Amino acid sequence: MEYINIIILALLVNNVVLAQFLGICPFLGVSGKVSTSVGMGAAVMFVMALANLVTYIIHYYLLIPLQVEFMQTITFILVIASLVQTVEIILKKSAPSLYQALGIYLPLITTNCAVLGIAILAIQKKFTLVESVLYSSATAVGFTLALVLLAGIREQLELLGMPKGMRGFPLTLIVAGLLSMAFMGFAGLVK
Amino acid sequence: MNNFKFFSEGLVRSNPVFVLILGACPTLAVTTTAINGIGMGAATTFVLVSSNVLVAALKNVIPDKVRIAAFIVIIATFVTITDMVMKAFTPELYSSLGIFIPLIVVNCIILGRAEAFAQKNRVIPSLLDGLGMGIGFMLAITILASIRELLGNGSIFDIKLVGDNVSTILLFILPPGAFITYGYLIAIMNKLKTRYSNQ
Repeated sequence: MEYINIIILALLVNNVVLAQFLGICPFLGVSGKVSTSVGMGAAVMFVMALANLVTYIIHYYLLIPLQVEFMQTITFILVIASLVQTVEIILKKSAPSLYQALGIYLPLITTNCAVLGIAILAIQKKFTLVESVLYSSATAVGFTLALVLLAGIREQLELLGMPKGMRGFPLTLIVAGLLSMAFMGFAGLVK
Repeated sequence: MNNFKFFSEGLVRSNPVFVLILGACPTLAVTTTAINGIGMGAATTFVLVSSNVLVAALKNVIPDKVRIAAFIVIIATFVTITDMVMKAFTPELYSSLGIFIPLIVVNCIILGRAEAFAQKNRVIPSLLDGLGMGIGFMLAITILASIRELLGNGSIFDIKLVGDNVSTILLFILPPGAFITYGYLIAIMNKLKTRYSNQ
């Protein structure tokens, strides 16, 4: 598969949140403000690319030679959880300013199912290492795009009068549905 | 005793899907047909009950500092078992649920119940809590799936309910339909909640 195809598919056509329903929790949770959603997106991109790199190595150089592929779920989730912790500790020590910007989002990422989901999907799609990292980065950019768009709309909606029952999650979900409908327009972009 | 209360809490009052808004990914993703909803609900219930029981049984053995990691290992073990069992016995359901079977491991409901309930309670209440939450999750996603299947495909549990010449709203089994249906169901739930709490 060509690299451009992978990027466009992951970024727009099969948008991770709006078409594949991965990472809905942070999508609904931190999409209140544009600035926080950019921070979250950056943190997800960092961890996702790193997680795909590490899980790729573990899958092909550890699980397959030992013939324990059924251990995929359990090893991947442990690797991702410890990776997030390690990244947090390293950032805190070596790049305090970056840590300040991303810090609060990092612990949230362990429970972001997009990270584990994309790691498993990259293995299922039989990507090479480069493709896998590219795929995860494009997915993370797609995640950020969806998050920023939703946050922008939600900021505007704050000012509107809404029936009480519709405020909060229901309205966010309906807006997300409309965004998802808009993203369906990209369907014909790549064959 | 008030064992029934542990069970009933998750069914309606603290329903994980409509009230707590946990586990939104599988809720949105697999609810294209009612059968998928039941299957996903059953798999999640199994993992939830098993992990709750094991966490409650081992709560005095697990050191407090590494408890989250220990919970994740316990949950992942049961998810792997579910994955292998479903692959062997229900291959059709397994392929339609796809990646969301291994992703049960990151379902916030399960880790949430282990942390908030099972590690502080005995085995029997934890079992009932897991069962209540699991069945509440299953009921909720089956309701959501039935609505989507009826509007999008004109059937529920693959039983055709509308005539062949009636055109259905395809949008509801596509991704946007999931978001919109779920949004309206939460709105209805909010409305009911305010109405009954005022009385």
